[in-house]
Amino acid sequence: MARIIVVTSGKGGVGKTTTSAAMAMGFALRGHRTVVIDFDIGLRNLDLIMGCERRVVYDFVNVINKEANLNQALIKDKRCENLFILPASQTRDKDALSLEGVERVLNELSETHDYIICDSPAGIERGAHLAMYFADDAVVVTNPEVSSVRDSDRMLGILASKSRRAEHNQEPIREYLLLTRYSPQRVKLGEMLSVEDVQEILSLHLLGVIPESKAVLSASNSGNPVVLDEKSDAGQAYMDVVARYLGEEVPHRFIEEEKKGLFGRWFGGKA
Amino acid sequence: MMKRLSSFANPAPSPPMPANPTPTASNSTIVELKSGSITLPILKVYSSDLTEIETQLQKKLGSAPEFFRHAPIIIDLGDMPDDMKAHLDFSGFLKILQIHTLAPVGIRGGSAAHQKAAQAEKIPVLADVRSENPPAAQPKPAPKRTIPPPRPITATTKIIDHPVRSGQRIYATGGDLIVMAQVSPGAEIMADGNIHVYGTLKGRALAGVQGNLEARIFCSDLRAQLIAIGGHYRTSESEDDALKGRLVQVYLRDETLTVDPL
Repeated sequence: MARIIVVTSGKGGVGKTTTSAAMAMGFALRGHRTVVIDFDIGLRNLDLIMGCERRVVYDFVNVINKEANLNQALIKDKRCENLFILPASQTRDKDALSLEGVERVLNELSETHDYIICDSPAGIERGAHLAMYFADDAVVVTNPEVSSVRDSDRMLGILASKSRRAEHNQEPIREYLLLTRYSPQRVKLGEMLSVEDVQEILSLHLLGVIPESKAVLSASNSGNPVVLDEKSDAGQAYMDVVARYLGEEVPHRFIEEEKKGLFGRWFGGKA
Repeated sequence: MMKRLSSFANPAPSPPMPANPTPTASNSTIVELKSGSITLPILKVYSSDLTEIETQLQKKLGSAPEFFRHAPIIIDLGDMPDDMKAHLDFSGFLKILQIHTLAPVGIRGGSAAHQKAAQAEKIPVLADVRSENPPAAQPKPAPKRTIPPPRPITATTKIIDHPVRSGQRIYATGGDLIVMAQVSPGAEIMADGNIHVYGTLKGRALAGVQGNLEARIFCSDLRAQLIAIGGHYRTSESEDDALKGRLVQVYLRDETLTVDPL
């Protein structure tokens, strides 16, 4: 049985697909058979970020409509043998997804994988709902600014009430906060919410903080998940996230300590 | 016909009792007014037919003549049909009691004429407390009063132990709402009764939504977007910053929402 993880946020552009790609690659690099599914039917970004857009023949909607079987649609990653990608369709819209179809695909994938990562579209409509409905865990990607935090709170409410676990009175979805695009300097200048601020608003277990990093953009453009850039702060932060998710005790980086080490000099050691 | 009144609060003067022992204490109060209860037989009369009353009384008292000799009794005419009350020969009725050595010490029920006649005979009129005494199932049993079964006790308080998120609405119907976590901005909590929030209240809280003006909101940190009690509301724009982070209660005073620290 695979663990189903939804990467969600409510708000767009906060880094859901980057996170999905990075975490999926992270799990795979650590030896877990992982599949990442693009639920953003009609927009289809995951295959770009995973660098496999030219290898897409069949997609998620084809599998749901039984026009193709899973093995035909799954794209095996060239860099890591444990990683598979189920791309979205660009020619259909989110109504092409059905609850029964999604359940069938997830059940089938569950037999042969350890982790299924569902990359949710933005918003709280059908696509986002289907992405989170069957989830066991949720990674709520949030930027340190008020509208993103508010949307995450809204999404957490939906996770708590409209998932399969909620509707069947099972143990609720485990929710994790992932703070992305975090900039300690801007927090210090008062331009950005701090980790404490966000945690106080959301009261959620912090899975990790991903610093704002140029490495993320170049990784996306080159189609390599950022965790493959082992020297980058964002790549390291994502590997920490994967380790923490897997139950390891990893101290949070890029929040306070880095601020002192890297930026303390800039601010004359005021910290 | 004869009925024992189990507990009878006696507002009437004490019935004539067999010679009381003379109080021996000479220096203390020799007269005292005290309330007490004495069990007395009640003679319920359902008909104005004196002959019939006489016959039945004879029969009843005959079974225990010593017990009823000079026994004080209360006359109860409350269950007698009104048309019969009008025909009751009250003095004749009293004579029958006299013959049977019954000593009426009070009357209740009956028409104004009966009560007047009773007072003329120095029989006090008692308040009609019949409701405490279900009528006897005699000639004309009054319709049985059905005692409603005790209502099943239902817990009307709703307890929420997880954060109430933006977009969620929680309504405690018919009772109180207790939230043991934060209420996020954009969340809405409502109750017919009071609302307690053991956490930061940042959303909307509406207590007494069915119009209960006595409802209150208790909260360990009030930063609500809107608070309302029984339809009287106010928004966060008018919140007092001094109360932030403090345990407060919100209630209505003269139709004005009042926030007080606890």
